Amino acid sequence: MAIKSAPRVRVPAQAKAGDIIEIKTLISHEMESGQRKDSAGKPVPRDIINTFTAAFNGKQFFQADWFPAVSANPYQSFFFKASESGEFTFTWKDDAGAEQKATAKLTVG
Amino acid sequence: MTPKGNAPAWGFAPTRRQALQVAALSAFAAVLAPRLSFATEAQVADELKKLFGSKPMGEGKVKLDLPEIAENGLVVPINLDVDSPMTDADYVKSVHVFADGNPLPQVVSYHFTPASGRAAASARMRLAQTQNVIAVAEMSNGTLYTTKAQVKVTIGGCGG
Repeated sequence: MAIKSAPRVRVPAQAKAGDIIEIKTLISHEMESGQRKDSAGKPVPRDIINTFTAAFNGKQFFQADWFPAVSANPYQSFFFKASESGEFTFTWKDDAGAEQKATAKLTVG
Repeated sequence: MTPKGNAPAWGFAPTRRQALQVAALSAFAAVLAPRLSFATEAQVADELKKLFGSKPMGEGKVKLDLPEIAENGLVVPINLDVDSPMTDADYVKSVHVFADGNPLPQVVSYHFTPASGRAAASARMRLAQTQNVIAVAEMSNGTLYTTKAQVKVTIGGCGG
């Protein structure tokens, strides 16, 4: 399954240099664990988002490797130390290799 | 209940109740066991060995914030926070989270950099049953710190 939904990202628009800001992300995805069986008793194949990364001005600063134990519609929050203005890129990658990206701007001053 | 057999005197009543509870529980476990296979502490230890060999692990530094009782095992909030200055010389490289009662032991692995500012993260996970959640943090100098916490699960997630 390709990742259909648009992810939601919450980043403060402004920060002072040296501030540690919290970033919250949420994306809709079933995160099919591969452990369930359908009504015919056949195992439902695994289909999860297995990697989430966050980069600032092209430089990755955070990565999460998700396993089937991560809940459906995965929520992830983490931190970033602001030093300069720029743009965040968040990337979700699923088992089929499909990607979904989101961006957010940060102004430091 | 028959009055025959070892009819308990008043003082022995709790013991009998406990015996019945144990019997009921083991019957329940026997019904479940053939259907589902869960990770064990040994499997978690295996995963850790694959990652870190037999390096010693210290206690402390890692704070794992979990609910004591999770009513819904499908959505259990997890908050992690590792005590570190997060400078280029001394930062948290990664944190691995395991659950010893899920079908698979791994839950999530985080990779931090000094630009993270703080080695903390929150997410939501599935827990199939009451079990221990284990977090292991690897520092930039290679030292390991671990902590664990038990979560009681009322309705399990990852169902079969």
